[in-house]
Amino acid sequence: MQEVMKNKAKELLASGEVRAVIGWKKGEFCYDITPAVFTNAEEIDNGFIYDDFCGANLSKYLIKEAHKDGKVLVFLKPCDTYSFNQLLSEHRINREKVYVVGVSCDGKVDIEKIKRTVGDGIIALSSDGDKISVETLYDKYEINRADALAERCVNCKSKKHVAYDELLGDEGEVLDSKRFDEVEMIENMTADERFEFWRNELSRCIRCNACRNVCPACSCEKCIFDNDNSGYVNKAPVTSFEENMFHIIRAFHVAGRCTDCGECSRVCPQGIPLHLLNRKFIKDINTLYGDYQAGEDPEARGPLTSYTEKDPEPSVVTDKE
Amino acid sequence: MQRIGVFVCHCGTNIAGTVDVKAVAEAMKYENGVVFSTDYQYMCSEAGQNIIKDAIKEHKLTGIVVCSCSPRMHEATFRKAAQSVGLNPYMVEIANIREQCSWIHKDMATGTEKAIILARTAVAKVHLNAPLTSGETPVVKRALVIGGGIAGIQTALDIADAGFPVDIVEKLPTIGGKMSQIDKTFPTLDCAACILTPKMVDAAQNENIKIYSYSEVSGVKGFVGNFEVTIKRKARFVDETKCTGCGLCTEKCPQKRVPNEFNLGMDQRRAIYIPFAQAVPKIATIDADYCTMLKTGKCGVCSKVCTAGAIDYTQKDEFITEKYGAIVVATGFNPIKLDKYDEYAYSQSKDVITSLEFERLTNAAGPTAGKLLRPSDGKHPHKIVFVQCVGSRDTRECGKSYCSKICCMYTAKHAMLTREKYPDTEVYVFYIDVRTPGKNFDEFYRRAVEEYGVHYIKGMVGKVIPEGDKLIVRASDLISNEQLTIDADLVVLAAAIEPDKTARPLATMLTASMDTNDFFTEAHPKLRPVESPTAGIFLSGACQGPKDIPETVAQASAAAAKVIGLLVKDKMKNNACVAHSDENMCNGCSNCAKVCAYNAISYVDKEFRMPDRTTRVRRVAVVNDAVCQGCGACTVTCPSGAMDLKGFSNKQIMAEVDAICK
Repeated sequence: MQEVMKNKAKELLASGEVRAVIGWKKGEFCYDITPAVFTNAEEIDNGFIYDDFCGANLSKYLIKEAHKDGKVLVFLKPCDTYSFNQLLSEHRINREKVYVVGVSCDGKVDIEKIKRTVGDGIIALSSDGDKISVETLYDKYEINRADALAERCVNCKSKKHVAYDELLGDEGEVLDSKRFDEVEMIENMTADERFEFWRNELSRCIRCNACRNVCPACSCEKCIFDNDNSGYVNKAPVTSFEENMFHIIRAFHVAGRCTDCGECSRVCPQGIPLHLLNRKFIKDINTLYGDYQAGEDPEARGPLTSYTEKDPEPSVVTDKE
Repeated sequence: MQRIGVFVCHCGTNIAGTVDVKAVAEAMKYENGVVFSTDYQYMCSEAGQNIIKDAIKEHKLTGIVVCSCSPRMHEATFRKAAQSVGLNPYMVEIANIREQCSWIHKDMATGTEKAIILARTAVAKVHLNAPLTSGETPVVKRALVIGGGIAGIQTALDIADAGFPVDIVEKLPTIGGKMSQIDKTFPTLDCAACILTPKMVDAAQNENIKIYSYSEVSGVKGFVGNFEVTIKRKARFVDETKCTGCGLCTEKCPQKRVPNEFNLGMDQRRAIYIPFAQAVPKIATIDADYCTMLKTGKCGVCSKVCTAGAIDYTQKDEFITEKYGAIVVATGFNPIKLDKYDEYAYSQSKDVITSLEFERLTNAAGPTAGKLLRPSDGKHPHKIVFVQCVGSRDTRECGKSYCSKICCMYTAKHAMLTREKYPDTEVYVFYIDVRTPGKNFDEFYRRAVEEYGVHYIKGMVGKVIPEGDKLIVRASDLISNEQLTIDADLVVLAAAIEPDKTARPLATMLTASMDTNDFFTEAHPKLRPVESPTAGIFLSGACQGPKDIPETVAQASAAAAKVIGLLVKDKMKNNACVAHSDENMCNGCSNCAKVCAYNAISYVDKEFRMPDRTTRVRRVAVVNDAVCQGCGACTVTCPSGAMDLKGFSNKQIMAEVDAICK
């Protein structure tokens, strides 16, 4: 697959069809693959990678890249295409300036899950279908790939690309995911338990802003948390409780726009399951306004920004508990 | 730095009774930016206003806080006072220490504590207030009345008399509403048609009135003074300009088996029909559900007999758009469906009827030509039982908790008229209470009992059992405390009335509020009873609550007076508290435009200089000040906080929250 993609990228660069290619390249370690912009064949030959660790959603990079002159090629996995469509619907990307190459995906691997088995000091990784071979400074291991899949891939919502100009690999289907099971578990807690659960999870937050920076829905020209004039900046870190509010405010800001790509949880260095906040919103929106998947259709109007006479009255919400 | 003055009102004992106003004024002296603070018995009085004006001049105040009643009451008063001495009216903030404080607290200490917090909050807001100015927009001098019953007709006539054009939209083929179905009217017993039809004709002939019959309002945009309404003119398959109302088609149409809704389905009409002889406009309508031509393409009789050539089977629904300065809602009522009241055997026996059906049975233009005959066998009933409060004052889910108000009087009327016309008929009325407040109402009811010998029995009917050609009525008499069984020939149910089903979707289009029973709410139940809280929307008749004809007509004329008061103005001051977008922060995502109920937001592509000296074209939101109503929906939708509301900025609201939490 990686070679097919490389050839496609080089072909379009050579023909002048695209100015740049957004893909993935190796980071500091073999497992921290990072997004990158390639502008010539040499860069692609040297650095381009597509493997089990290419979890990063590249759609957000288009906001910047597609503003420049010329077309950009972007490789999007099925779940990334939802974010792409959502950004299109918010007029953040100029569709004409993007050449989308959909790439099939059979789930990405979560390095934290591997580390839980093998510990630290990983120096090499290789996968052959069902197994992943891991070499650490101390030993060699073989792990079932299925056990190492990221949570968002275990509960994958769709293997179907909702936007592309060209497809590499096979097209999949929208899946019947169990992604709301964990949300339901939290809903079934008592209010006190739930409060404790989130206080505990969010207490680990170090406000590195990684979740916000990676989130395709968090793409404001000026984030309110960076805006001295918003009145929120100095509020958030005053007490640990207000710091927690950062995540709640963020969840509100992306409500109805979040496609559940799961990038927030992937990049959190503290392992906070931030995607659960967003999924709770998605689940509630589905219950109250009917099933809606942000990004499925770029022309669709999200339920939170449209009004129909069938919308539930506030009492439907308040009477629920 | 602002120089703020605080003025604490006693409102007699309304506030001073539960709030230590002197303590509030004293506490405010120590708030940041406050240079003057005082209290007075009635701030809204001339003397009170003078205290404010003098203080503004003497202390060079740049902003003031009046701690008094709700801003809905006197904000305008104090803004005007401030403006008269040169202070921008939007530098005035009201701390509501009456409705939101003194009236709900019983304890002086708590009341005072809360009043201080509310005052402090308003001071915090004034610090961030900025002077605002408002523009003006012209008023469209045309009114729309939705509903062509007696309420709508009266409102339209009064507005038209004042010289303003007014359109009536009626969903049925004719105006007239429920009153056209009624036989006699209480308490004077004059015939409904005799007093209604002349008004219908007046409306049709008035050059200021345009009637859109068989039409519905399908969309409303805009705001007070400048509504833009889309009216759906349903296809009636008859050219209104050609039809002369001769009625030949309605006699020749071979499709004879259509339930006649005007007679509540008690007889049949043709597929092409004119609802009743005095219909306005007198134009035939083809019922597409029954017309053989429209359904199968084979018939065309009406088209052949029409000498005017008015039949047009190809007609389609048409949409027209018109501008209005004011909208009057007069959507009226309907009796509730009785399918949930099995105990009265309404759906089992044809001889259990509603009071409105009874009206048709006694009406000369009804299915029996005015003879009171049983629907089942056409025989004259000799024993009639009237049951009141069927669904009214009924707290069960199928019922209505309110009193339908008109049933006591019309039941007395029915009972009295029956006894007068058919003295050989025994008449029983079962009631919970007889409610007859109204001019000459109680006298009317007493005549029914005393002169006409109607048996009034306090108690409810438990069950009606059809048995042979009789209806066995089981009931209890609460006064003599005994169980009664009456073998009646006819049972008449005084069904509760409810707002018309079209009212709820209409309220949504108009953004007018409704109560839980779907009656429109008024701006103030006592002081502004004919206005909706939404500016420019007025209420006429039973859409606001159960009403009899005299009350409906009174309210209809009152609504007209309010509309005229609006339409005589040439220009309306715009709201100064409008949204505006900070283009440096705007993402151009369109979420604000999607939630804007007034279409006040558009987008432009604008070139921006970037920090690295390049330029970038970005899509940014622009608010049309004249159209924005300041509802704030956009500000809460905007993810970046680029959209903000003047006078209610996010920062002001945060400052208020901070002041409360201090």
